[in-house]
Amino acid sequence: MIELIARPWPWFVAGPLIGLTVALLMWVGGRSFGVSSSLRHLCAAAAPGRSSFLRYDWRRTGLWNLVFVAGIVFGGGLAGAFLSTGEPVAVSPETRADLAELGVSVGPGLVPEELYAPEALATPAGFVVLVVGGFLVGFGARWAGGCTSGHAISGLANLQLPSLVAVFGFFAGGLAATHLLLPILLGG
Amino acid sequence: MSESQRSAGASSAGPWELVAHLLIGTFFGVVLIQSEVVSWFRIQEMFRFQSPHMYGVIASAIATGVLALWLLRRFGVGALNGAGTTPEPKRWGPGASRRYWLGGTLFGLGWGLTGACPGPMYALMGYGVAGAAVVWLAALVGTRTYAAVRDRLPH
Repeated sequence: MIELIARPWPWFVAGPLIGLTVALLMWVGGRSFGVSSSLRHLCAAAAPGRSSFLRYDWRRTGLWNLVFVAGIVFGGGLAGAFLSTGEPVAVSPETRADLAELGVSVGPGLVPEELYAPEALATPAGFVVLVVGGFLVGFGARWAGGCTSGHAISGLANLQLPSLVAVFGFFAGGLAATHLLLPILLGG
Repeated sequence: MSESQRSAGASSAGPWELVAHLLIGTFFGVVLIQSEVVSWFRIQEMFRFQSPHMYGVIASAIATGVLALWLLRRFGVGALNGAGTTPEPKRWGPGASRRYWLGGTLFGLGWGLTGACPGPMYALMGYGVAGAAVVWLAALVGTRTYAAVRDRLPH
């Protein structure tokens, strides 16, 4: 059983379980599934300054969300400790070849050593990917009013037109990062 | 106030509700890791259109969400804490749409670079990927910066 669960889950198992997460949050507390709001709540708790955007009762509106993301961290740890096979991610041969051309190898682990290892932070490519990329995720998610969970999954599941526009933006940006920025950064 | 009139997500969460959210988060974290959607490699594969994996995950998640939320509302199942189950619609209309494509595109650039949107950041941190903590800290700085300049941005 454990062996079966430890193997990577196919999309038709994972997708419905994510959809179920959306429904569970709504059923338990009437909460809209969203993860990036946790970043706003943390800023509101730690450094609201004079920003009206961060001056609100984060305990009342956001505590459930912070507990939810603490659960995600814990779940990631559980999966790593008990379910990890350590096998490289079985991406398609085309992806493997494309990434090899950029000098990125699909080794063991979920992320590339070339970009995610602590030493990589000192390289221009590693710095841009982790620090500039992370900054854009936080900045863009708040500007758009949600991230992949809030717009792409929950927003579309609630049939929200604004979420569809946001998702087009997500893909436009992602395609530009993949096909324009990464080749420049990695010199491929 | 009538319990049924409360809108979705308006109230503070009680202790048992927090425990439930911790468990749902844990479940979601395991799903994110086991389905490999947290993987930078899988995100690259998606943006290169070289596998249906990510598209299948996202599409079936939306489909399941639509069905489950419809069932909740169709049969009038309120939330366990008495809240409503219809979220407030997102603001939309002339002059209220630029934030979605402008902010969305910036987010997408970050997603394509890091291969991690916010959910996966947390799951990867728990999994033990130190670089994910760097991404998360940078995302916090990005969020704080947005708060500082938001009055000067089009929305």
